[in-house]
Amino acid sequence: MNSFIDLNLGLARPEIFLAIAALALLVIGVSLGDRHTRIVAWASVASLVVAIVLAITDSADGLAFHGLFVADDFARFAKVLSFGAAALAIIMSLDYAEREGMARFELPLLMLLASLGMALMISANDLISLYVGLELQSLALYVVAAIRRDTVKSTEAGLKYFVLGALSSGMLLYGSSLIYGFTGSTSFSVLAASLSGEASLGLIVGIAFLCAGLAFKVSAVPFHMWTPDVYEGAPTPITAFFAAAPKVAAITLFARVLVGPFGDLVAQWQQIIIFISVASMILGAVAAIGQKNIKRLMAYSSIGNVGYALVGLASGTQEGVSGLLIYMSIYVVMTIGAFAVILAMRRRGEAVEQISDLAGLSRTQPGLAAALAIFMFSMAGIPPFAGFFGKWFVFLAAIQAGLNVVAVIGVLASVVSAFYYIRIIKVMFFDEPAEAFDRVTPTLRLVLIGTVFVISFGFIAGAPFFDLSDSAASVLFAE
Amino acid sequence: MMAIGIEHYLTLSAILFTIGIFGIFLNRKNVIIILMSVELMLLSVNVNLVAFSHFLGDMVGQVFAMLVLTVAAAEAAIGLAILVVFFRTRGSIAVEDVNMMKG
Repeated sequence: MNSFIDLNLGLARPEIFLAIAALALLVIGVSLGDRHTRIVAWASVASLVVAIVLAITDSADGLAFHGLFVADDFARFAKVLSFGAAALAIIMSLDYAEREGMARFELPLLMLLASLGMALMISANDLISLYVGLELQSLALYVVAAIRRDTVKSTEAGLKYFVLGALSSGMLLYGSSLIYGFTGSTSFSVLAASLSGEASLGLIVGIAFLCAGLAFKVSAVPFHMWTPDVYEGAPTPITAFFAAAPKVAAITLFARVLVGPFGDLVAQWQQIIIFISVASMILGAVAAIGQKNIKRLMAYSSIGNVGYALVGLASGTQEGVSGLLIYMSIYVVMTIGAFAVILAMRRRGEAVEQISDLAGLSRTQPGLAAALAIFMFSMAGIPPFAGFFGKWFVFLAAIQAGLNVVAVIGVLASVVSAFYYIRIIKVMFFDEPAEAFDRVTPTLRLVLIGTVFVISFGFIAGAPFFDLSDSAASVLFAE
Repeated sequence: MMAIGIEHYLTLSAILFTIGIFGIFLNRKNVIIILMSVELMLLSVNVNLVAFSHFLGDMVGQVFAMLVLTVAAAEAAIGLAILVVFFRTRGSIAVEDVNMMKG
């Protein structure tokens, strides 16, 4: 009985609630059938909202499950972000699924289970719970990518995602096994206490493998090959989900693993992170230029954005991790908004996804064109839109940490990427109008208004938000 | 008679892991072979974990290996399920036919 109390189950309230909600909804979904997908979907959104409330109201810090699980401000910040992104993605998938005839109750449920996996990753305090959380997320995502099992593109996206995801899990595990062997422990707390200064070669190889596995999950160069294909092939609301929620979870996990247990070995892993962040920024800027499909363009844009966020981690300071959290929060809102516009790109009931389909949108649907223009300006990093502040904080942290070259490359890469963001605006405002799109559905309109509002006027709430991210980041650096 | 030490286990595991990675990248024939290679990688990790666990005198490694086995089974099931739906739409599971999207 005593050992049951030692588990500290109360700290994992959001996760336990989500797990029970997902199982209950599975039973409800099976008994109601596919005609009542909407009920299951809205119940999934409600569960995520309840999980957010549970995460915010519970401010107790500590370890649960005998040190496998940690609850702190950093975890709460990232959980609220990824739950929010998942809830918005489920809402956006509703109309799409019905119009495309792919409405199945499993879709919101799998997204719910993936969110549970993300929460476990974010709160992992041991290599074992890290792996199990990551796999819960990934296994749900493989299925979600292939959810349109009657189309070649979607099944191919699922297959590619599965093969490369399994490869990355293998590398992550091999790294974990080496770390375990050369230090004698898998617990982050024990590793943080025992590691300092000199590291054995085996441990460094282990950390390198671990970084490679995590870089796959955040789609950083050189492990980005799956991203464009999966983003193009998966149904659009699923792509929006992939681009937002799992990225936040994986990148915060990246920060927790490197800064927490391996914080004293910063000299060893800093070069790896600098390399992948610079490579991602450059590839994201250059490879997107020639794209014609807007989902592929968003894939390369997300690779670039992960590169910018990793600049914060590369600096290895509290300011850097705080910048990373700010960057990811803004990135999630921009991405959800941009994908809401892509979801609105439908002509006579058919989804279209070429950039040329946006031609003259400012004359046929000025509201939609203005919204996409705001997201593109924000992604290009033009003030006063929120994207500018994200870049500002990561580059500032890099310069304070003496990584001037990285910051300069980042600014140059964002100048190059501004070309293709602004090209979309040029196509919308100055090209001859193509045929108008179908009416935007009310739910999508609501998502669009909300995200445009946050991106345009978010800077008003700037100071308290930056304090929040700073206190979240300070958790990782507390000794 | 040579004593078998930890380095032998680590070498074996590294060789198996490398064969697994090469199996994924060099194989041009069949996606099933990729699934087998993934399984080989995960099993090489298990050799590593159990060997470390034995030589460190610590049980955590064996617990980890058990969890890896369980997750690997779930992963193989999902991989085969996705492969089946892919075969139904594409009519082939050759690696060179997984090529609808490029660029």
